[in-house]
Amino acid sequence: MSAGTHPSYEVVIGLEVHTQLRTESKMFCACRVRYGDPPNHHTCPVCLALPGALPVLNARAVEFGVRTALAANCSVHPRSVFARKNYFYPDLPKGYQISQYEEPLATNGWIEIDGEEPDGRSFAKRIGITRIHMEEDAGKSIHDATESGRNGSYVDLNRAGVPLLEIVSEPDLRSAAEAGAYLRTLRQLLRYVDVSDADMEKGHFRCDANVSLRKRGAQEFGIRNEIKNVNSFRYVEDAIRSEIERQARVLDEGGRIIQATRLYDPSRGKTRVMRTKENADDYRYFPDPDLVPLTLEPAFVERTRLTLPELPERRRIRFESEHGLSGYDARLLSTSRSLADFFEAVVAAGVPAKTVANWILRDVLKVLKEREQEIEDTKLSADALAGLLRLLEAGRITAKSARELLPELVERGGDPAELVSVRGLEAVSDLAQIERAADEVIAANPENAQRFRAGEEKILNFLMGQVMKKTGGKASPGVVRDILARKLKG
Amino acid sequence: MPGPLGTISELRAQLDARRVSARELAGAAIARAEALEPALHAFVGLRPERARAEADEADARRSRGERRSLLDGIPVAIKDNMVQAGEPTTCASRILSGFVSPYNATVVSKLRRAGAVIIGRTNLDEFAMGSSTENSVYGPSRNPWDLARTPGGSSGGSAAAVAAGIVPLALGSDTGGSIRQPAACTGIAGMKPTYGRVSRYGLVAFASSLDQIGTFARSAADSAAALEVLCGHDAQDSTALPEPVPEYTKRLSGEISGLVIGLPREYLVEEGVDPAVLRCVREAIAELERCGAKTREVSLPHTKYAIATYYLIATAEASSNLARYDGVRYGHRAANAKDLGDMYRRTRSEGFGAEVKRRILLGTYVLSAGYYDAYYRKAQQVRTLLRHDFEQAFAGCDVIATPTAPEVAFCLGEKASDPLRMYLSDVYTVSANLAGIPGLSIPCGFAHGLPVGLQLLGKPLDEATLLRSADSYQRRTDWHTRRPPEPA
Repeated sequence: MSAGTHPSYEVVIGLEVHTQLRTESKMFCACRVRYGDPPNHHTCPVCLALPGALPVLNARAVEFGVRTALAANCSVHPRSVFARKNYFYPDLPKGYQISQYEEPLATNGWIEIDGEEPDGRSFAKRIGITRIHMEEDAGKSIHDATESGRNGSYVDLNRAGVPLLEIVSEPDLRSAAEAGAYLRTLRQLLRYVDVSDADMEKGHFRCDANVSLRKRGAQEFGIRNEIKNVNSFRYVEDAIRSEIERQARVLDEGGRIIQATRLYDPSRGKTRVMRTKENADDYRYFPDPDLVPLTLEPAFVERTRLTLPELPERRRIRFESEHGLSGYDARLLSTSRSLADFFEAVVAAGVPAKTVANWILRDVLKVLKEREQEIEDTKLSADALAGLLRLLEAGRITAKSARELLPELVERGGDPAELVSVRGLEAVSDLAQIERAADEVIAANPENAQRFRAGEEKILNFLMGQVMKKTGGKASPGVVRDILARKLKG
Repeated sequence: MPGPLGTISELRAQLDARRVSARELAGAAIARAEALEPALHAFVGLRPERARAEADEADARRSRGERRSLLDGIPVAIKDNMVQAGEPTTCASRILSGFVSPYNATVVSKLRRAGAVIIGRTNLDEFAMGSSTENSVYGPSRNPWDLARTPGGSSGGSAAAVAAGIVPLALGSDTGGSIRQPAACTGIAGMKPTYGRVSRYGLVAFASSLDQIGTFARSAADSAAALEVLCGHDAQDSTALPEPVPEYTKRLSGEISGLVIGLPREYLVEEGVDPAVLRCVREAIAELERCGAKTREVSLPHTKYAIATYYLIATAEASSNLARYDGVRYGHRAANAKDLGDMYRRTRSEGFGAEVKRRILLGTYVLSAGYYDAYYRKAQQVRTLLRHDFEQAFAGCDVIATPTAPEVAFCLGEKASDPLRMYLSDVYTVSANLAGIPGLSIPCGFAHGLPVGLQLLGKPLDEATLLRSADSYQRRTDWHTRRPPEPA
């Protein structure tokens, strides 16, 4: 696989993302948005396109659209218009999709991305958002007999009319890695403002990539190809890389790029032509006369702005300045809104931020990863982690014990202090007991004691380990070290 | 065969005086519909059992001393492009064969809540596209005044049913004149309210920005009673207007002194209109003046573009509205299709009639890349100009009077092969749809032995003034009481 950039050509990429909004009901009717139910279970005259049925706009979907637009620094338009995109397909019941066309919800925004190319070069840049508009999803066609259990093609309209947001970037991306970073940042933003699960594997977050090449230094864009509907983060980058290679090869050989829509085949690692421009559909867009233009009062937009949470970029910066975290730690902790909230709640409970950050990033995330869970899906409360860390700070438990308790707190929750006493994990604070153990260890290891006294300080770790073993791992390592050193030198 | 039924007011009085039951009225309406069906072909379907059951409920209410509305127990008919739960809706098209609606149009729910008894569904031009009902897959309806002639269209079945005294009230839809022109052709009152005044939910769409449900009745007073039931906001129609509905029947004062009637220079010209029709209309205006109204000339300068504008917008919207009839989910599906494209092609080729296909093709062309600006966008701009024309005219008058149609009912087959001539019969009516304003046609005399319609156009949401003007006229004239001869 190539690097996703090219030495003699500049890569130009623009992305169109479709993300499913997490509303209770569909975009234009009261049917529930739900997956996994029997086919055509969540349908009504409107989403079945029965004769005479009319759409009514879901106000929640509009609110979610506005939240996203504001989070992406867009201008939200006081007036936007729903249009009909006309084409025939069995899973498109009305024979047209209601979308926004000439007058979208919002335009002219941006998001900040950063990351690293495969060669280690890092990038940090602002990517323009051309427009954000609302539209409805189509249903699902099932051609596969193993899925339908019968021959022939079937249509499931449970998804028909589910609200989507289309987010179109400017052609500001210059590599596959940048495209990947843009998608991850956008997904994070959508989750932060709580409008979409943005789960690519579940099809909640779909991406079309427009890719073209131009000679380095050239002003004009090259002919673009659109790669449709790539359904995982890895495939997006792979698909773009393979398309860059393909176009570069054509240009190197003196060929001409033909504008086309392509599909990516992950098993072959290549894109192939779906249709060329000559065969492009004419969607005959026109304003939908069944819906009045959407007008948004400035006051509504401002009220919505006030409900937005602190966004990841700003939060990361604050974590650095306010909590003294490294840039790296701050970024990891602000990745998801729930994790960042969790971090701040533990800090608010009185544990030093650096300790909290270390424990979350090293230990909590490890447990979550093993369990394939997000923090909000577990029983671990911020209070519990704070309690555990306070016990550790106070020397009442060892780090080893704390680490042992963590999976249980994640799985079942509970009060750490209680757990410590039930499990008998209190650190040995009886100095006499530690002194006795140290004496015994020194007596049993005269040779090593001698080596330490001769200046081989590393040997102290071995002796400490022996003392820890004798105290069942419950003595504080600092205390053990002090006692041993004193005895050996004295 | 039972004789013609009276007006809503007359039947209401008989019901209240217990001289007749709702069941008897429903029975009479159905018997008369069945007896006249071979001559008129006004109906696509009758529902005798359910109508009688609904009438029995009305009688039960009456015996408890309840009355839901002025329409409680009154037999009515609806145009077969409004869906009713458990009933087929065909739009007089083969493409909807076998379709039975699982839900009610808002107007059907309103009629039912008001206690009206729906006896059946009336014939129309396929998908309401036409001016004669000749585009019905079931064959044309006939005019009770002359069975060789059209009752007009597209709501010709509803018009014929009311004119022949089968029902005192029928619903129609008016996209470019489809209520007013048949009302004129059959000598009854046809009312198209302001766009958005009656919910379109459950009205099978032809051209969504123009479609409006309205009424056929014998008198302006009956129209007022029906509109009180039908008008109003509907959360299921985003284009329905939220304004409260006046009690139209209480606004019928019979008093129009001081009313200013605008006479559009561009409409009342000899060109393109039957002089006998124009004479009747002028005489009706004179009668309104004798009632105390004043007249003044107004100008609607963009009138000459109305027909072209209408056929661009209406066909564009229709081409998209009719895309859902694809054979996938309901209605006709062609047998033995080779693949998906073939299924679409065959299904729609077999399912739609010639006029519908013509309009889908026109509309598809109008919206196509490279033509959109020249046709659709331009038409929208002209539509705005037409709306301004009316705003300016209404700055100086309360209602505008015109002929409803340039001629009396024409003979079946007369224009069937000349679509352009057929389109021109909408010349006086389409502007009201483009501007979204209310319009009413009432009978105002006879030319060549056939009824002539006077059209009154009003300001947006000012149905009350139209009804009051028409009612005042009908208090002083008897054209609306004239009945066609009983068929032999």
